[in-house]
Amino acid sequence: MNRRKINKLDLMKYLDEYRDADLAKKYLDEVHKIASRPWSIMEICGGQTHSLLKYGIVDLLPNNITLVHGPGCPVCVTPVSAINLAIRLSMRPDTILCSFGDMMRVPGSKESLLAARASGGKVQTVYSPLDAVSIAGLNPDKRVVFFGVGFETTAPANALAILQAYSRGITNFFLLPSMVLVPPAIEALFGDPDTRVDGLLAAGHVCSVMGTMQYESIVKKHQIPIVVTGFEPVDLLLGILTCLRYLENGTAVLDNKYSRVVSHEGNTQAKAMIDEVFEVADQEWRGIGVLNSSGLKIRQKYQQFDARLIDPGVEELPDLQSACIAGQILKGLKKPLECPLFGEICNPQQPKGAPMVSTEGACAAYYNYQHFT
Amino acid sequence: MSEKSFNVSCPVPEYSFEKITLGHGSGGILTSQLLEKTVYSLFSNDELNSQHDGAIISPKGRIAISTDSFVVSPIFFPGGNIGDLAINGTMNDLAMCGARPKYLSLALIIEEGLSMEKLWIILHSIKVIADQHGVQVITGDTKVVESGKGDEIFINTTGIGEMLDDVSISANNIKSGDCVIVSGMIATHGMCIMSVRQGLEFRTNLQSDTCYVGDAALALVKELGNDLHFLRDPTRGGVATSLNELVNNTTYDIELDESEIPVLPEARSACEMLGLDPLYVANEGIFIAVVASGSARQALDILQRFDISKQAVCIGKVLEGGRGRVVVRSSLGGKRVAGKLPGDQLPRIC
Repeated sequence: MNRRKINKLDLMKYLDEYRDADLAKKYLDEVHKIASRPWSIMEICGGQTHSLLKYGIVDLLPNNITLVHGPGCPVCVTPVSAINLAIRLSMRPDTILCSFGDMMRVPGSKESLLAARASGGKVQTVYSPLDAVSIAGLNPDKRVVFFGVGFETTAPANALAILQAYSRGITNFFLLPSMVLVPPAIEALFGDPDTRVDGLLAAGHVCSVMGTMQYESIVKKHQIPIVVTGFEPVDLLLGILTCLRYLENGTAVLDNKYSRVVSHEGNTQAKAMIDEVFEVADQEWRGIGVLNSSGLKIRQKYQQFDARLIDPGVEELPDLQSACIAGQILKGLKKPLECPLFGEICNPQQPKGAPMVSTEGACAAYYNYQHFT
Repeated sequence: MSEKSFNVSCPVPEYSFEKITLGHGSGGILTSQLLEKTVYSLFSNDELNSQHDGAIISPKGRIAISTDSFVVSPIFFPGGNIGDLAINGTMNDLAMCGARPKYLSLALIIEEGLSMEKLWIILHSIKVIADQHGVQVITGDTKVVESGKGDEIFINTTGIGEMLDDVSISANNIKSGDCVIVSGMIATHGMCIMSVRQGLEFRTNLQSDTCYVGDAALALVKELGNDLHFLRDPTRGGVATSLNELVNNTTYDIELDESEIPVLPEARSACEMLGLDPLYVANEGIFIAVVASGSARQALDILQRFDISKQAVCIGKVLEGGRGRVVVRSSLGGKRVAGKLPGDQLPRIC
């Protein structure tokens, strides 16, 4: 089993620096000073939404700045058919299904992986796809499937898991891929005439892998400022302030305010690994629908690792049925509080739609922090 | 983790068997042999030695009773084992009622195949703590289940404690302005356990802080009198869950100052890495005290006298006119509600 060493001093240094209350307040004051008219700024990533609510930043902004919560929660947008398949695989006597923790509670058509485990499914929470490869090595008589959910951030680790299994000759490791790509989602968003977003905060961690280059064409085409932004309070406020400055000046540019992590080219090694193992494919987004070229599938060369081959049966069960406005929330057209189901009927214990299923979904973030007003 | 990495001050006795088998739970000769060599020899006292169906005791005055079951996995972890939790946990629950622990029942559900050495170490841990605090194990039970039907060992303990005079510790006592004190670093135990759990392993120097916290807690009971309003050991669900239980369905809010909440840097790093909130992580060696605002200083001074509570700190206040919520004020001044945990805390993807 891989052993991760936490270097406490380094990790906390990088965190504390970007939680500095004085600096955050300075940025906040500046935002108040320069915001002259209403603007809508979308943060793409659920991790950013989570931080904005956790630190109460949403309430500290001036009234004319509206934060719109984007579709960037990979757990939320994982299609129900993939969850159903993961559950079916976990119920096979010869299969262990490994998953990141936050997929565990997400309901498929009938139940979640947690419920499947309670019914006898073999489901194990892991921290990394590489742990699943190790588990496969330790259990040669079992098929070990990793539920590879995520954005461009987790894709390299999924690719690495397959490459490791390949080079070590581990034939009982499989990947159930459900990976989504951010730029096609942004394109789809701005292709929708209803979208009312003036500026974007791009997800820092996605850019750390893919680089900022992939956003240049979006800025040009849609004439909006895009600021690559991190996840800590100081990062988020700097991102908001920077975006606001461009909006007030009427300039549409790409700016990188997460440069301690993100470069123009991104992580070329990680990108090469993604490219070696995966190819771009159409992908279904829960709550939104199928978006062209917005996902990754396993290349022919590594087909033997595709978990879909274990259970090729097509069992199309419907998604949760309700008056949920997930699509509009994921597109940033509405806020969670505008949904008639929010709270009493739809909550993390009994989610009725995608943004409530994961802690990073916009609705769940509002619910968990009881942002009811 | 091997049990051999633990210091056993009392040598493991010689057995004719190395592992627990189903026969050890049969009630027959094997059961007698097992109990003679372990439970009866370790915990010997008149009540236990009588080998009656139950124990007969004569406690003084009002008593407190508390029961708890322990199913931790893995059963050995840095800083302790399931035996430490099983005795400390129940003794701490009694102390939170304002009672001094006196007697303990001990019920073991053992999965066949558990090594005698592991069982011995676990029972020995219980004995050391019981002796330290003058607690007698007076009755118990041993069952063995088939391999695969347990997780090495489950333990249930029921404790009986004698109440300190005129004590009234109750959620109903809390008042506006009360200070919420935690006796030490939160989230240490939970993050320690997580670091050794299969599939999530990471290397830290974290050690479980499991211990008996009653000496410090009962000092507060005695010295603060009616100004001590409430005590709770925030085990499962962590500090946030305990505080929610305290104010939910009342007209009070509890407002916590996030920058005051004490968390060891390593536990905090581990929480950050896994995407967990320390407020919801399980604790063992700490407790929460809610005290009248005028007595907060005195309470902290009292807690300073005990090793286990030297880092006690006031993390928040009880406010009237609330909606029964726990509100956390961030260092930026923004606020969020820390509600009850919807289920297990699960590590996040990113």
